[in-house]
Amino acid sequence: MRTLLLRSLFASPVTIDGPAPADAALDEVGRALEARVRRLYGRSLTIREVDAGSCNGCELEIHALGNSVYDAERFGLRFVASPRHADVLLVTGPVTRNMRVALERSYAATPDPKWVVAVGDCGCGGGVFEDSYAVVGAVEKVIPVDLSIRGCPPRPIDLLKGLVALVDKAVAR
Amino acid sequence: MTHDRIARLLAEAHTIAALKPWPRYEVDHGAFSEIGGAVGEGERELFGLWAEPGMVHMAIRAIGERPCVVSTAVVDDSFPSIGRWCAPAIRLERTIRDLYGYQPKQADDLRPWLDHGAWEIAAPLGARTACSLRDPADYDFLPVHGEGLHQIPVGPVHAGIIEPGHFRFTCNGEIVARLEERLGYVHKGIDALTTDVPLEQAARVVARLSGDSTVAASFAFARAVEAALAIKVPPRGAVVRGVMAELERLANHLGDIGAICNDAAFALIHAHCGILRERVLAAADAVFGHRLMMDIVVPGGAAENITADGAREIVAMLDAIAPTLDDIVRVYDETPSLQDRTCNTGYLAPELAKRFAAGGHVGRASGRDFDSRRDLAYPPYGDKTFDVPLLTAGDVDARVRVRIGEVFASMALLRAFLSPLPEGPILAPVPQPKEGGEGIAITEAFRGDMLVWLRIRPDLRVARCHVRDASWFQWPLLEAVIKNNIVADFPLCNKSFNCSYSGHDL
Repeated sequence: MRTLLLRSLFASPVTIDGPAPADAALDEVGRALEARVRRLYGRSLTIREVDAGSCNGCELEIHALGNSVYDAERFGLRFVASPRHADVLLVTGPVTRNMRVALERSYAATPDPKWVVAVGDCGCGGGVFEDSYAVVGAVEKVIPVDLSIRGCPPRPIDLLKGLVALVDKAVAR
Repeated sequence: MTHDRIARLLAEAHTIAALKPWPRYEVDHGAFSEIGGAVGEGERELFGLWAEPGMVHMAIRAIGERPCVVSTAVVDDSFPSIGRWCAPAIRLERTIRDLYGYQPKQADDLRPWLDHGAWEIAAPLGARTACSLRDPADYDFLPVHGEGLHQIPVGPVHAGIIEPGHFRFTCNGEIVARLEERLGYVHKGIDALTTDVPLEQAARVVARLSGDSTVAASFAFARAVEAALAIKVPPRGAVVRGVMAELERLANHLGDIGAICNDAAFALIHAHCGILRERVLAAADAVFGHRLMMDIVVPGGAAENITADGAREIVAMLDAIAPTLDDIVRVYDETPSLQDRTCNTGYLAPELAKRFAAGGHVGRASGRDFDSRRDLAYPPYGDKTFDVPLLTAGDVDARVRVRIGEVFASMALLRAFLSPLPEGPILAPVPQPKEGGEGIAITEAFRGDMLVWLRIRPDLRVARCHVRDASWFQWPLLEAVIKNNIVADFPLCNKSFNCSYSGHDL
C-alpha cells in the first residue's frame, strides 16, 4: 500500500490530466461555479439525488461527478444523504407511478430555499417511457423544476455545466 | 432415474417450431406443473418464467445442455404455480399475476409484487380493468416473531446515489434476523412498451432496461431478433459487439470493486477504481461516441465501427490501467483490516446459488460454474478461450476476487478481439420477412445472464418481448446472505451483488 500511496503522492493529479473530453471545459466550468456558489452559500451547495424511476444510466454519470477526475466536491458541490440537508434535489426520471409519493415526500422534506434539477431525457420529458401506464412522466409533472439537464444520460461535464446554470438562476432570484 | 422425468414429459409434448434457436414445447397444465416440480428438485435450472396473452412460458436448462422453453396455455385465467415447487419462480409468477391477471394456481404467495396500487388499472397487459389507488405502504411484510426484535425500514429513497427499493430489516441488536425486500418502485412498464411496436422503438426501450447493462441488453435483444429472422451477423460486427460488451463489464466491475471497498471505509481503492472506470468510459466515448455505448448494438450487427485509431485507443487504455490495477489488487491482498470486513461476510451457500441458478459473480463465487459466453458460446466468444474465475467461498471477498479475475479476463479478451479485428462490414440488413418469427437469446451481462425472448410480425413490429435480467434470481439470495450479519455489513453485501432495480422492476 505504501508504494501506491507514495506514487500517488508524487504523481500529477488526474483531475487535471483527466480523460480527453472534459479537461478545459471542466476547469472553466469549475471555477465559474466555485465563485458563484461561494457568493450564494458561503461554501457549498448540498445536493440530494432522487432516482424517481431512472434506468440507472443517469445515476452512473452523477456518481462520476464524485470521482477524482471530475471531483465536484472541490467546487463546493456535495451530495448528502438526506433531503433535510439538501439545497438541491437532483431528480432523474421518468417519474414512475410507484415512485410518485416518495418523490413528493422527498420534496416536502427539503427545506426552503430549494431548487429542483431534472436530469436526463426521461427526467425532462419522460423519454422512451412517456406513454406507459406505469409512468407519470417528466419530473415537472410532480414537483416544480428549476432546471433541466438533458442527455441520455448527460455526461458528467454537462451535469457540472447545468449546475452552473442553476446557480446563475438562484443568484438572479 | 430422476433426470429422465422432464425429458420423458417433453418427448411426448407438442413441439413448436417457430422458436429459434432453442426447442419449445407446449404441454398441458398437469405436465407443466410436474416439470415445475422436477425443476424445483434440481433436475433443471430455471432461466425464466413469463407470459403473453393466453400463454405462460418457462425457460429451463439441464447443466451442460442447451436451454429449452416449455409453454402452457392459460385456462380460465390461470396457470399452474411453479413457485410452489421452485422458489426462484415466486416473484416471476407474482409479476405475471400483476401484469396479466393470470392466477398461479395453488401458489403460496399471492401478494402483489410490481403492482403497488398506483397504476389505476389492474392487469395492464391483460384485462386492463380500472381500479382505485391503494395506499403504497399497504403491503403485508412476512411476520417475524421473537423476543427483542426491532425493525429498520430503509427506502425506497436510499442514502446514496442509488436506485430506489425498500428493505425491511428485522434485527436483534445489531444482528439481522431477517431481511425482506420490496421492489417494483421503478416499474416503467417495459413489457407493455415492447408490445406491438416497431423494431427500433422496442430496441430503444430494451437498451434502457438497466443503464449499466445497456450493451448486454441490446446484445441479447439483437441476437433474439437475428434468431427469429435468420440474420447472419458479419464477423466484424460480432467482434465489435464483443468489444463493447467487455468494455461494459470492465467499467462496471471496476466501479463496483471500488464501491465495495468504500463501503468498508477504504477510500484509497475506491478513488483509484473511480479513475480506472473513468478511463474505460472515456475510451468507449472516444471510440463509439457514447460513454455507456447505448443503442450501438443493433439487430444485424453494430451501428458504429471501430477505426484503426479506435482500436489503438482501447489498447492504450488497457496498457494505461494495467499497472494501477496490479497495485490495487496488491493493496486489497495485503490489507487485513479490509479483508476483516469482506471475508466471511454475506455468505452464499453453493446449494442456494445452484437452486436459484444465480448468474454472474454471485453464482461463480459460490461454485456455480456457468458463464453464457463460454457455455452457450455465442459469437464472438465461440472461438475464444478465456478465464471464467470460479470460487466456492461464497462471501463478499470471493465475489470481489471473482470480479477482479473477470476484469483481467475481459482485458485479455479485448486484446484478443482487437488483434486484429476481422475485415468486412459490421452490419447485415434486416430482411423483410415472409412470415413472423420467434427468437430467444442469452448474453452475459456483467452481473450475469440476460435473457430476451420476443415474437416479431412480418411487418417487423415486435408483437411481444420479455427481458429477464440476472437480478431476478440474485435479489432473493441477498435476503439469505445478510441473515446473521450485522446491519453495517449490508452495504458490503448489497454492493458485492449489485443487483439491478430497474432491470428487475421492468
